[in-house]
Amino acid sequence: MEKFTIMTAIAVPLDRANVDTDAIIPKQFLKSIKRSGFGPNLFDEWRYQDHGEPGMDNSKRPVNSDFILNKPRYSGAKILLARDNFGCGSSREHAPWALEDYGIRVIIAPSFADIFYNNCFKNGLLPIILSEKEVNGLFSTVEDNDGFQLTVDLEHKKITGSGSEINIDISFELDEFRRHCLLEGLDEIALTLEHAQDISVYEEKQKEITPWLY
Amino acid sequence: MSAKTLYDKLWDSHTVRENDDGTSLLYIDRQLIHEVTSPQAFEGLRIANRQPWKLSANLATPDHNVPTTDRDKGISDPISKLQVDTLDNNCERFGITEFKMDDIRQGIVHVVSPEQGATLPGMTLVCGDSHTSTHGAFGTLAFGIGTSEVEHVLATQCLIQKKSKNMLVEVNGLLNPDVTAKDVILAIIGKIGTAGGTGYAIEFAGDAIRSFSMEGRMTLSNMAIEAGARAGMIAVDKTTIDYVKGRPYSPTGEQWEKAVEYWKTFYTDGDAKFDKVITLSAGEIKPQVTWGTSPEMTMAIDETIPDPLQESDPVKQEGMVAALKYMGLTAGKPISEVSVDVVFIGSCTNSRIEDIRAAAEVAKGKKVSDSIKQAMVVPGSGLIKQQAENEGLDRILLDAGFEWREPGCSMCLAMNADRLEPQERCASTSNRNFEGRQGQGGRTHLVSPAMAAAAAIAGHFVDVQSLNKTV
Ligand code: SF4
Repeated sequence: MEKFTIMTAIAVPLDRANVDTDAIIPKQFLKSIKRSGFGPNLFDEWRYQDHGEPGMDNSKRPVNSDFILNKPRYSGAKILLARDNFGCGSSREHAPWALEDYGIRVIIAPSFADIFYNNCFKNGLLPIILSEKEVNGLFSTVEDNDGFQLTVDLEHKKITGSGSEINIDISFELDEFRRHCLLEGLDEIALTLEHAQDISVYEEKQKEITPWLY
Repeated sequence: MSAKTLYDKLWDSHTVRENDDGTSLLYIDRQLIHEVTSPQAFEGLRIANRQPWKLSANLATPDHNVPTTDRDKGISDPISKLQVDTLDNNCERFGITEFKMDDIRQGIVHVVSPEQGATLPGMTLVCGDSHTSTHGAFGTLAFGIGTSEVEHVLATQCLIQKKSKNMLVEVNGLLNPDVTAKDVILAIIGKIGTAGGTGYAIEFAGDAIRSFSMEGRMTLSNMAIEAGARAGMIAVDKTTIDYVKGRPYSPTGEQWEKAVEYWKTFYTDGDAKFDKVITLSAGEIKPQVTWGTSPEMTMAIDETIPDPLQESDPVKQEGMVAALKYMGLTAGKPISEVSVDVVFIGSCTNSRIEDIRAAAEVAKGKKVSDSIKQAMVVPGSGLIKQQAENEGLDRILLDAGFEWREPGCSMCLAMNADRLEPQERCASTSNRNFEGRQGQGGRTHLVSPAMAAAAAIAGHFVDVQSLNKTV
């Protein structure tokens, strides 16, 4: 998993509550045998004017230019500003896979659905919970200032940003264990691999006892 | 040292380290891989730029999506084909041994691995498939895992696990003729229920269990998961060791001697304690037929379909009413008067050589009833198919009117082209009679291979014993 320490990027404001995982990545894309490549179909029903199916050439599909992700001023965004209960619905891990594949690394919202929140950490995404008021503030700042960039600093648990007459400085909370895993880029496999020495010692011992398995 | 159960011994001998939160890092000796639950695991390895920890621990074969006819034409459904192609590519790329679709050793993972001697006593074995419990028949700790765990095992050869409780299921006494391992496991599930083993690892013991061949023991352990237990196991004895001997992955020479000594230690110590003990008397078990949509809804062939009104628990009663409705059955009717449309002999529960022999013995010199739309036999592996053909079993079955297919999961879960039409009634040797399992609206009755063959001949469920009198 990719480490997350500090990042400065454009934030795209998705002004809807209860965005569910089927909206994030519609069910027809779940037949895929992959865990990457979902990015072009992130928010498929909102992003395109036609109905998407796996295997289509997405670059040739009619784009919905009103959808926020399609606005040129937000291109290259790595931060998603969202509303309450983001990621509700089915438990599909394809939702964080799609966000990550698109390039999103941080999601800021007043609340998240539980399973989605957990799935984010397994896939190197940082979901940040702020108060309603703070999220509202970020929405207006980003909407009112073209090209405004936010800096998310996981080490110091801070969100900052500055422009003429604007100075953002918000602290956020995060479980220590999760923060450690993200900072180090550790997933569950990486955590087990921290005990690689123990595993090798076990194998050496077993080679004596059950040599036919080695 | 305190007395240990078989499960305790398997667990302790594979613990790499104990974590502070009560979980353990458990070493996995063997991982079996098939096309459905592995693609994202390989993809994960690739993205993280990781290599398999121990290549030789893995063995792969496609089974769920493979066609059981016209193999040379390939797979017609593009999504199925892509899954199988992906498995081929992943195995090639990472260097994992795979028995491909055109390899005689290909078949259902849970049939192939024991056949190759890749399942050995005293080991831990996992697969992204719930019926991995099958391999417990060898005195092996074997259980099913999810895709992220498949990746975890590929990358680390370990899993983070919490230990289950110990349950003993003892079947003592002498079995009646024509009562098979399938009938015994259905009777066990009927007694303890599909959640009876939840949170436990089950050990099957008793002289009736000891009397089973390895094929029978695998049928039994295969369905431990239907009793809610992730793992079911049987202690190592002479039957186990005789079966394992001389198989391709089995040790030889000096190592064989050493292995036998080691394997013999995998039994439960006399004074070890179980958290729960269930006892059945073998003599009371009759050939079974399931009547509902859960494996616990089972009955003996000479009984009548149960009446929900006799059930005092309102939740169970409701479940029975719904099951009878789905199955199109009425309470009070003898199950032997229920006619069958389709017969399926196969799946990781009952597709081994003994199962095919049992079906052929019933079918010999008889004809499948005209009322049967389809009766098919799907061997569990290419090698079993070959052996059956060498024994002339295919001829007996074909002459009787059965279809003789290529190996795979087939109509067990209808992921390939083999499936039931809505409302079709099937006598099936598989392990799950859930709604829609064998095709949308299809009605599944779980039975033993002999009982399935008998139903094909009679056109309805019938006691194998009395078949000769009725036909
Ligand atoms: S035969 Fe059926 S139960 Fe067994 S692995 Fe295949 S699909 Fe699963």
